[in-house]
Amino acid sequence: MENLIGLLVLVPLLGAGVLLCGGRRLDRAGHWIGTLVAALSFVIGAVLFAGLLGRAADDRELDVTVFSWVPVGGFHADAGFQLDQLSVTFVLLITGVGSLIHLYSVGYMAHDERRRRFFGYLNLFLAAMLLLVLADNYLLLYVGWEGVGLASYLLIGFWQHKPSAATAAKKAFLVNRVGDVGLSIAVMLMFTTFGTFAFGPVLDHADRAGEGRLTAIGLMLLLAACGKSAQVPLQSWLGDAMEGPTPVSALIHAATMVTAGVYLITRSAAIFDAAPVAQAAVVAVGAVTLLFGAIVGCAKDDIKKALAGSTMSQIGYMVLAAGLGPLGYVFAIMHLVTHGFFKAGLFLGAGSVMHGMNDEVDMRRYGGLRKYMPVTFVTFGLGYLAIIGFPGLSGFFSKDKIIEAAFAKGGTEGWILGGAALLGAAITAYYMTRVMVLTFFGEERWRPAPSPDEPSAEPAAAAHEGAMPHPHESPKVMTIPMIVLAAGSVLAGGLFSIDDAFVRWLSPVTGHEEGNSPVGALTVTAATMVVMVLGVALAWFQYGRRPVPVTPPRGSLLTRAARRDLLQDDINHIVLVRGGDHLVRGLARVDHGLVDGAVNGTAAAVGGASARLRRLQNGFARSYAVSMFGGTAVLIAATLLMRAV
Amino acid sequence: MNPVNYLYLAALLFTIGAAGVLIRRNAIVVFMCVELMLNACNLAFVTFARMHGNLDGQIIAFFTMVVAAAEVVIGLAIILTIFRSRHSASVDDASLLKL
Repeated sequence: MENLIGLLVLVPLLGAGVLLCGGRRLDRAGHWIGTLVAALSFVIGAVLFAGLLGRAADDRELDVTVFSWVPVGGFHADAGFQLDQLSVTFVLLITGVGSLIHLYSVGYMAHDERRRRFFGYLNLFLAAMLLLVLADNYLLLYVGWEGVGLASYLLIGFWQHKPSAATAAKKAFLVNRVGDVGLSIAVMLMFTTFGTFAFGPVLDHADRAGEGRLTAIGLMLLLAACGKSAQVPLQSWLGDAMEGPTPVSALIHAATMVTAGVYLITRSAAIFDAAPVAQAAVVAVGAVTLLFGAIVGCAKDDIKKALAGSTMSQIGYMVLAAGLGPLGYVFAIMHLVTHGFFKAGLFLGAGSVMHGMNDEVDMRRYGGLRKYMPVTFVTFGLGYLAIIGFPGLSGFFSKDKIIEAAFAKGGTEGWILGGAALLGAAITAYYMTRVMVLTFFGEERWRPAPSPDEPSAEPAAAAHEGAMPHPHESPKVMTIPMIVLAAGSVLAGGLFSIDDAFVRWLSPVTGHEEGNSPVGALTVTAATMVVMVLGVALAWFQYGRRPVPVTPPRGSLLTRAARRDLLQDDINHIVLVRGGDHLVRGLARVDHGLVDGAVNGTAAAVGGASARLRRLQNGFARSYAVSMFGGTAVLIAATLLMRAV
Repeated sequence: MNPVNYLYLAALLFTIGAAGVLIRRNAIVVFMCVELMLNACNLAFVTFARMHGNLDGQIIAFFTMVVAAAEVVIGLAIILTIFRSRHSASVDDASLLKL
């Protein structure tokens, strides 16, 4: 069983290697190799899961040291894997949803001539993410962390011939880098504090370190999580990342990448529990992001960007839950898993809609598609019901628990957090209904697409340029993953909640406690239902009852701000770009004035002194003789003087 | 006779030599003044050897003579060469070696 853990990382890595180095020979079979590799890693993950299930609840941790990685003097870093309930949950999510997305991509990327390479990158993504969740120390986790960053860069910029995609990839990479700096500082602090990176010693002895140290480590870990999970203030890359092919968006948003931050916080639970300031920061980031993402999601007309806002918001829920401490860790992961199902389903559905609509992404040019794409409609609809928390579907169970936990935090803080979470639920219902109504209901607002000023990226679409779209259902290879994910969106939450199965499964790793909520569980559920219905009704009245203009109206100040992602890029531009500009210019001035001045001044002084000194060198032997005699006389006088003294 | 008188003589000779080196322009005279200084030193060494009752000073005097002889050979050769090319034995004329 231990050997299988290493294999789990190795298989997709080998798959990526074979696909990327295999050359054109593999063009015809590459996509199936990639899919098979993903499926194989899912099977391995399932076997490991079954193995863990067969053990006692407190004995479900496997540690494997593969090799001694960096043995230098007193510095030891081993490459090792740790499999426990938390990591196996992630493994199943990553490989399961990942395999479905691979399968879907076979159809979605059918007309792309670089499909083999695409699958190679997908496999690399899986390998990096698996390494991240399986590592048994922070240094190896960092390797996976960077690998995820690299793979996301390659995939977001997959259509690199589009300048916007290339820019988006660079943006994602750079923003992630800011977070990575946080992680690397956290790892270094851990080493100076604990003398090791391994999860075991660091987390077991976390409370022995000073609180200041732990707060610093916690805040740096939070910065890292913000970068990967697109939390405020490092959220700006997520919207632009939609430039990648739709399966990539599904993979980034559901199974990999953005979940890494939540994993990091949950894994480092012991550190955060001992550092209340860092934990409060986590909660604040989560609460702000969940509202931020939701508001952005309301204003976007691009179906993928609306879903991206929703991802940001849902990850905000998870981070909020993770920041609640033992009250929320389990629910953060539970929401992560259910979100993995319905968000992947929603993205694949969006991809399917785009596939049938000549890659049109503007929802104002959709409408009435339910008749033409029945399977997409039903699966997307189930995902929709799950994300807004319709009773009985998976989002209902996981989100409701988070809202309850937020209230259970207690005091004013609990009321604020719970209120924010409730408000977020209302906005979620609103924008998801908006997406649903604009896409599948109402009149048909199709236009000849794509518009000339935005030439389509996908070669497949070029053939249809200027033609009216003929919406059609996607091929089976695309609909089957959607159906499976829809089934997951419907069932997962319920299955996890039977007899609190998920809580019992995960609590040995993360710890769990029930809080004393000032409001009863039933009240919370009822309130959630009420705000959900309000959100749905509002969206229905705005978009379902009235005709939708094809060109977006000017909108209020808030709408316009939200369309611009609540000015995130403008803020970054003013604070970072212009601030950096001024800083650099100031530094250049200091460099020219002070540093260069000192260097040049020294040189000039030496040169001037030499010019004067060289006049002594006049060529007259007798004048040299005078200096010699003078010098000797001085030496003798000095010697005599010293003796006398 | 008091050996200290020899030291006075040596100092006098040395001073005459040094003044000659600094004042005279003719290279041959300068050269002879250098010899005068060397011999003044020799005289001082020998006197010290006598005063301290050992031979160290005398041995050094021999060394000085050997070095002086070598110096004369090379120095005269240089002066001769300069005179051939410049038709002058003035030390101030040979002042090209400068910046």
